[in-house]
Amino acid sequence: MTTVPLPYRVTAVSAETADCVSLEVTPVGRALPEFSPGRFAMMYAFGVGEVPISVSATGDAHRLVHTVRAIGAVTGALCRLRAGDVIGLRGPYGTGWDLDAAAGSDVLVVAGGIGLAPLRPVVRHVLGHPGHYGGLQVLIGARTPEDLLYGAEPEHWRRASAQVEVTVDRPGPGWHGSVGVVTTLLDRVDWRPDRTAALLCGPEVMIRHTARALLARGLPARRIQVSLERNMRCGTGHCGHCQLGPLLLCRDGPVVGYDRAQPLLAVREL
Amino acid sequence: MTGWPLLLDTLPQVQRDRLFTLADERDFRAGSTLFDEGDVADRFWLIRSGEVALDVYVPGRRAQVVETLGPRQQLGWSWIFPPYRWHLGARALGPVRTWEFPAAEVRELCMADTELGYELMLRCAALIADRLQATRLRLLDLYTPHGSVPS
Repeated sequence: MTTVPLPYRVTAVSAETADCVSLEVTPVGRALPEFSPGRFAMMYAFGVGEVPISVSATGDAHRLVHTVRAIGAVTGALCRLRAGDVIGLRGPYGTGWDLDAAAGSDVLVVAGGIGLAPLRPVVRHVLGHPGHYGGLQVLIGARTPEDLLYGAEPEHWRRASAQVEVTVDRPGPGWHGSVGVVTTLLDRVDWRPDRTAALLCGPEVMIRHTARALLARGLPARRIQVSLERNMRCGTGHCGHCQLGPLLLCRDGPVVGYDRAQPLLAVREL
Repeated sequence: MTGWPLLLDTLPQVQRDRLFTLADERDFRAGSTLFDEGDVADRFWLIRSGEVALDVYVPGRRAQVVETLGPRQQLGWSWIFPPYRWHLGARALGPVRTWEFPAAEVRELCMADTELGYELMLRCAALIADRLQATRLRLLDLYTPHGSVPS
């Protein structure tokens, strides 16, 4: 792990939604170590600042993909990048998804909004390792149909044997799919609490309610992993901005077992 | 998960059988209207397959879909309380297969068999609570951008 940003060149920019882009970057010189699903990089827009962004495609140390949503000065600058521009990257940071713990089980992925980005490598990994896992169910919630990420890729997952259900909060005139919160999809797919590992990412409120719904249906907390949102600044566990009780989420997270996270999330201010 | 509708998921077999003596299988074509807002709520359905959109009539606009229901879910709870009128409309998004239950007979059965009635009402109350909670969560507009976090 390096704490000095390495230069990476943008090789492709894909507009995902009105305010999200996927940036494919390759190292100008030395490459960072390979990222595993769920881990993140500190992305530095020169002269503007840096932000933590999870990797949204893994498997090639010389080609990283990050999906960025323009919500502030730094992410706005990242979203305005063009092919050929250079940024700084350091990492990989964080814990990542424990896919070994899910081996042999069905995998239930629940993503809200841009929470699908850190889970996309999980879906690809599970589909790419038939026999290592049982079934794969992917539940996706978004604000509107226009906010859904990755175009036709979920349809490819469906064709590759995953059960994929999508729901939106606000349907447009052309939307014929599901409407409602993502938790309502839990009863639409075929999963069993005695043989499932669940991976959740999205707004923390969504995570809490989804985890509670899973617990109510008999899935033990130790079989639930959550990726938590906190104010990460340094990525190395030193500045303390991302503290959640005893955890520094940039170092001890963002992926945490729900058996550990549940009591911490119940505290309003830590 | 079992294959039973959620309303009946953990209901003892004997009570489930008693309830099913009142049920009819009923299918709906894609696009058909199951009920309109304000209609008499004289029945309810357990969805076996297909999806149903619940909507609200907005003058000057097309009906706004507020929620969709799918397999194993219960369609309708307005039949439980007077004045027994639907609060929303319901349309079949595709071919829909259901079990249809007559409301008055189910209420009578609940009165006659209070143990079954209690169990059934507990499940209906849980359903109503779930829908209320889901509505509140959507009002929060959870996916609005906020803060600097790994995306």
